[in-house]
Amino acid sequence: MSAVLMPLAAEISRPLADFVAPKIEYNELAPLLVVFGAACVGVLAEAFLPRSWRHLVQLAISILGLLVAGVLAVILMADNEDLIAAQGAISVDGPALFTWILLLALTLISVLLFAERSVDGGLSAFAGQAAAVPGSEAEREATAAKVEHTEVFPLTMFAVGGMMLFASANDLLTLFVALEVFSLPLYLLCGLARRRRLISQEAAMKYFLLGAFASAFLLYGIALLYGYAGTMSLGGISDALATQTGGDAILLAGTGLIGVGLLFKVGAVPFHSWTPDVYQGAPTPITGFMAACTKIAAFIGLMRVFYVALGGTRWDWAPMMWVVAILTMVVGSVVAITQTDVKRMLAYSSIAHAGFLLTAFVGLAQAGNGVLNGITSTQAVLFYLVTYGFPTIGAFAVVTLVRDAGGEATHLSRWAGLGKKSPLLAGIFAFFLLSFAGIPLTAGFTGKWAVFTAAWSGGAWPLVVVAVLCSLVAAFFYVRVIVLMFFSDLPADSPDVALPGWQTTAAVALGLAATVVLGLVPGPVLDLAARAGEFIR
Amino acid sequence: MNIGWLTLTMLLPLVGVLATMVVPKAKALLSKQIALGCSLLTLVLTLVIAVGYQQNGPADYEETHTWIEAFGAHYAVGLDGVGIVLIVLTALLTPVVLIASWNDAKSGRWSEKSFFAWILGLEALSIGVFAATDVFLFYVLFEATLIPMYFLIGGFGGAQRSYAAVKFLLYSLLGGLLMLASVVGLYVVSAKAGDPSYLLSDMMKLDMSQNTERWLFLGFFFAFAVKAPMVPFHTWLPDAAAEATPGTSVLLVGILDKIGTFGMIRFCLGLFPNASEWATPVVLVLALISVLYGALVAIGQTDIKRLIAYTSISHFGFIVMGIFALTSQGLTGSTLYMFNHGLSTAALFLIAGYLISRRGSARIADYGGVEKVAPVLAGTFLFAGLSSLALPGLSPFISEFMVLAGTFSRHKVIAVIAVLGIVLAALYILIMYQRLMTGPVRDGIDKIKDLNFREVFAIAPLVLLIVGFGIYPKPVVDIIKPAVESTMQRVGVTDPAPQVPVTEGQK
Repeated sequence: MSAVLMPLAAEISRPLADFVAPKIEYNELAPLLVVFGAACVGVLAEAFLPRSWRHLVQLAISILGLLVAGVLAVILMADNEDLIAAQGAISVDGPALFTWILLLALTLISVLLFAERSVDGGLSAFAGQAAAVPGSEAEREATAAKVEHTEVFPLTMFAVGGMMLFASANDLLTLFVALEVFSLPLYLLCGLARRRRLISQEAAMKYFLLGAFASAFLLYGIALLYGYAGTMSLGGISDALATQTGGDAILLAGTGLIGVGLLFKVGAVPFHSWTPDVYQGAPTPITGFMAACTKIAAFIGLMRVFYVALGGTRWDWAPMMWVVAILTMVVGSVVAITQTDVKRMLAYSSIAHAGFLLTAFVGLAQAGNGVLNGITSTQAVLFYLVTYGFPTIGAFAVVTLVRDAGGEATHLSRWAGLGKKSPLLAGIFAFFLLSFAGIPLTAGFTGKWAVFTAAWSGGAWPLVVVAVLCSLVAAFFYVRVIVLMFFSDLPADSPDVALPGWQTTAAVALGLAATVVLGLVPGPVLDLAARAGEFIR
Repeated sequence: MNIGWLTLTMLLPLVGVLATMVVPKAKALLSKQIALGCSLLTLVLTLVIAVGYQQNGPADYEETHTWIEAFGAHYAVGLDGVGIVLIVLTALLTPVVLIASWNDAKSGRWSEKSFFAWILGLEALSIGVFAATDVFLFYVLFEATLIPMYFLIGGFGGAQRSYAAVKFLLYSLLGGLLMLASVVGLYVVSAKAGDPSYLLSDMMKLDMSQNTERWLFLGFFFAFAVKAPMVPFHTWLPDAAAEATPGTSVLLVGILDKIGTFGMIRFCLGLFPNASEWATPVVLVLALISVLYGALVAIGQTDIKRLIAYTSISHFGFIVMGIFALTSQGLTGSTLYMFNHGLSTAALFLIAGYLISRRGSARIADYGGVEKVAPVLAGTFLFAGLSSLALPGLSPFISEFMVLAGTFSRHKVIAVIAVLGIVLAALYILIMYQRLMTGPVRDGIDKIKDLNFREVFAIAPLVLLIVGFGIYPKPVVDIIKPAVESTMQRVGVTDPAPQVPVTEGQK
């Protein structure tokens, strides 16, 4: 036996009694485990059930899994005990639980949208046979046989499980694993559109390549931070910052690279270029899911890393984030003006929203920074994510309903006069747009108010001024769509408004209800966000 | 006794909105009657409140409930002399506009009942704006009024209505969003001082550094200057007023723009007294420019509605001047001016609307000799015009005089130059009257009918009030006075002593 292997042999030959089993807090991690469990059951169901049963069973598994996980998370939140679980890998604190519940609720709505089959002649929005070449005989056969990919449901469950893990990851390695767990299913889901398959596949490819690129940045950043601190845990890095001298170059490089990886997922400028293409190409229900849930998970992950691990160097990274926030707001809202496709416009709008969120993030309104009364940054961001998530899914649900012979009519010119054809649908969409624009009495306004306040409390008032000016620009393009829908004449060959099934109706109704309630009485949700408190280490 | 009077006044029009919308499309007449009924009830209710306020003071009408605790926002409404006058004006103009615009919405993009419903919605929100005593509530309602007005312009106006509606909205949003920044800033100041609260009474106790106060003041003032509108932020008004229906224009200029000048009194002077004093020179010069520029440009207009819109810009210049002169006479005059301007401009817009709907053109050049064909129309138009140029004996004269006198006691040069505005007012009104109504009867004018009973009925209350308050303005002035005094105290200024003191012997 060579000398190198000796220690290993010693390790193996150690008596079992010395082995300490890792402590897993099953109760606290139950929501995560239920979601992943449901995903695994879904895979098994896919393998063993006859085709005709799968849709119903998969839908039931997903909904059940999400509901059970949601209830468990609510119970945990009610207990209000912050805890570092799974040997320091996962942090089950207030913000994490809040994010879990939010993600589960939004995913539930999204899953309903995925299950919608009545808007496109009894077929779902997903390709019958993803492996078939677009336009081929095999594709036609699959369509005729009404085949569909019910794998969508377990994939979604894996994605949301990954997102939940991402939002609660307490060390960099868990963070990275979670990132991949939620990204890979999303890459796949993006390429599954039934209509316009080439553009969908292109979107998936782009998302995958750019996503892999961003992952590499993140991983490199993680490696550098490990090199600096000698630990992966966020708390450990924070301690190292306080005690260690020297090695600043590695620290700064690592911070920058991790920032690139996370900002990519958030969709912040200049790492946003994938957003419009992917949002446009992906099946619309998936776009809604990504726009809402990915952003939420990514943002909480970003905040956790930068607040918990890198809070000590905030004066180093805050200037960088100021620049990114300003760029994101300006580019998101200005470029949106030139868009001619509804989904691309909403994509740029989501970029602008990321910018507004970043203002609260860089405001650093925390008790630790001397902001004792009023809204904190974490509270504001959590609240904003709620006010952003529900209308977003609702808006994309509306997009799925405006159809012509070629599928969804997403070109803006095709929406002209929609208010005449279907005042209700156009009215609801207009309401979502007004919420995005931040008009008072909608959820968007209270959300904006909260993030701007957090930014100003932390001293970032110039960002607030930039943000209100960008809000004006953004209002312009939202209003343009309203003008188009209500003040234009209906062209002869206008698209139809599909009669939605109960699934889409429920999704739109929930989005609408949340937008109204959060606009009128945001108090309870704000208090919940306040109760969530700060990230723990 | 407090039974939520003000809330009731806001709910009543909202009930009207719902009732109007529930009525089926085929029964347009019924929905219009419901709307009118609701607006009349609201008027009665506000008059009851005004009388009660006059006798028992504001305490009976205050309501405060916590709304969003984390924001420090309250649902808080209350009355002061300025607020009650504008609430009454709102409640008065709404039924007048409804009667005058009875058939105007037929050519609109949407059903007639939606026109009536939007107007009632605007009424409810405007009353809320004038009653709000919480900065956050005020801001929310301030922005929310944009939505009904946007749809009123965009849905029921002339050929360029979409353009005008969007321009109106974007200008207003620009002001509103900068104000939002200031509102957020106020929260931060309030949070630093302890428990954040947006209540006006709590905000007034805040201690701000000089710079903070000035910046926050600028955010508010900018929003109000766009709203009022003052030169150079005025260009949206002529477009909006020209494209909207006459009724919409009345609500826009008569009520919505008043929010700007009202906000200057209640929020700029009330929350930022030192900054307001600091800004006085610039504001007065801007106001003076508005007075003269608005009047000069009005003279050159070829479109009747645009002309009236520019006269309003000139009038708003006077109002702002009176406010920032910071004398009790000026402030009282300005508040009275808001009320009187609402009456006279409403009459002017509505009668011009009657004329335009008969001929189908708003170009002044298309008219001539109307007074021979339609004497009642021409006569009432002349009356409205004369009230707009502040003819002595009519109510606008009193307010304009008070504004000028109040300004003169502190800023002589400004007041002297502003007097030119009166001369220019005579020019733009009389030249317009001459071109429209006198001279030989033009083609297309000879067949127009004179005013019918509904049209006369709609403007009759305006005419009566203009004459009535022209002779005896005391009731309104008495209501305004206490509010003005408390504002003056708040700013910490007193009226300059007269140069020639009144002595016993002279009395």
